[in-house]
Amino acid sequence: MDKLDFTLLKEVALMDSIPNGAYNIRKNGGSESRFSTDNVRIESKTDKEGININIKSGTKGETVHIPVIITETDYQETVYNDFFIGDDCDVTIMAGCGIHNCGDGESRHDGVHTFYIGKNSIVRYAERHYGDGDGKGGKIMNPETVVYIGEGSTVQMDTTQIKGIDSTYRKTKIVVAKDGNAVVTEKLLTHGDQIAESDMDLILDGENANGRIISRSVAQNDSKQIFRPCITGRAECFGHVRCDSILMDNAKISSIPAVAAEHTHANLVHEAAIGRIAGDQLIKLMTLGLTEEEAEEKILEGFLGE
Amino acid sequence: MLEIKGLCFSADDGAERIDILKNIDLTVEDGTFLVLTGPNGGGKTTLAKAVSGIVQPTGGKIFWNGTDITDMSITDRANLGISYGFQHPPRFTGMKVGDLLSLASGGRKLSRIDCCNYLNKVGLCAADYVDREVDTSLSGGEVKRIEIATILARGSGLMIFDEPEAGIDLWSFAKLTETFRELHNTSKSTIIVISHQERIISLADEIAVVSGGKIAERGPKDELFPKLIGNGIGCEYMRKGN
Repeated sequence: MDKLDFTLLKEVALMDSIPNGAYNIRKNGGSESRFSTDNVRIESKTDKEGININIKSGTKGETVHIPVIITETDYQETVYNDFFIGDDCDVTIMAGCGIHNCGDGESRHDGVHTFYIGKNSIVRYAERHYGDGDGKGGKIMNPETVVYIGEGSTVQMDTTQIKGIDSTYRKTKIVVAKDGNAVVTEKLLTHGDQIAESDMDLILDGENANGRIISRSVAQNDSKQIFRPCITGRAECFGHVRCDSILMDNAKISSIPAVAAEHTHANLVHEAAIGRIAGDQLIKLMTLGLTEEEAEEKILEGFLGE
Repeated sequence: MLEIKGLCFSADDGAERIDILKNIDLTVEDGTFLVLTGPNGGGKTTLAKAVSGIVQPTGGKIFWNGTDITDMSITDRANLGISYGFQHPPRFTGMKVGDLLSLASGGRKLSRIDCCNYLNKVGLCAADYVDREVDTSLSGGEVKRIEIATILARGSGLMIFDEPEAGIDLWSFAKLTETFRELHNTSKSTIIVISHQERIISLADEIAVVSGGKIAERGPKDELFPKLIGNGIGCEYMRKGN
């Protein structure tokens, strides 16, 4: 791996070097490097592109890195990664994709991640998307994530896409069983004429299931964003979806949160707000000695939690 | 020293011109605690905003430590040591209280102990607030107290507080007056507070009554305070202001 590879890996998986724990680094369609531990076994799929990640019951404190990098122009792939996580685990999974496209051909990564999580486990899943390179070719990612959360398990899913990706269509489906908990945080910044679209279905399928969707986005220049997060309550449960967006320049945002109840004790709430950076926010930070540009940067930085 | 000379501000609503500040002269010596009081709509906030650069005056001059700051930006004035605590502070979704205090103190990341120190001074427990976002989950009184804490963290030569008591409960208010007293006793900063509260006015070295866009009266607290609370002077200016 060269310096460019590590630049991409740092952006998408916060990796400065080869990580501790299990990992699989995929580069331009091949497995660049792989390591399994006693508790986390990573193996290639035999019927299609992708890997299976098997995490033994009782695995605690381990981190799994499975970043993907693409540095070739005019390269497209669809990859299927399946996670089989046992009972009583406490693990962190760092995924993500970085594309460096210096050419004129389209580079595209469509990753389909499916999680099967057992009982009473805690899973933190972070996925970051990043693109750079000054070629005319598009940098495109269409991630699909499906998560089945077992009884009493908790999943914290953080997805981040800060600049660089020209077009993204994200599809997420999460099913939460009895006493399970899902917290999904989606952060997105688009600029130029980028387009980002996200469909998310969070299904609270068991008694005492909990679900939260927090979406924060910034749309700059001529970019467009469309969000359709929906929480469905099929049992006595609690669900909350909140979308906050900052709109700048000539950008456009559609934020369409929805709640659907199929049980009389489903307690579901949605909120959405789109606004520009308020003048008094800028002025306040300027009275603290920041220039207008610095103030704007700090407001966006805070908003996106970077 | 703050010197305001012949300051005017007029707003044009399209139909008519409204004179909000009318030829104001005001000098505030270093280290003075000055309370600006007077009826609503009298021009106090506009005057404070003109000093901090948020409002650009239509006439007159403002000098801070001998430098003409009349045409300076908000940022430049802030960096010269002028700070202004908003009457209605904005909220920042995603920005944590600790980050806002760090920005206020000059950008370096404040330790929890430093944050704790500033928040305690406004009656907030740091453990509960440092990691909270300055968003709509905070009440008006909480945001207001955090706003005051940002001015304390900034530690400027000139601190202007615009109705710091507004929206603050009785118990926190007692803490706040104590903080203003301590600030005045321990720092060399010039403090200007816009207030209608007797307990804050009583802390002042000097009082200026702003009414109808003018300084209606100015004098030492001991001279003016009894008149304000005893002789109906407030009512007189209220009538003028309205």
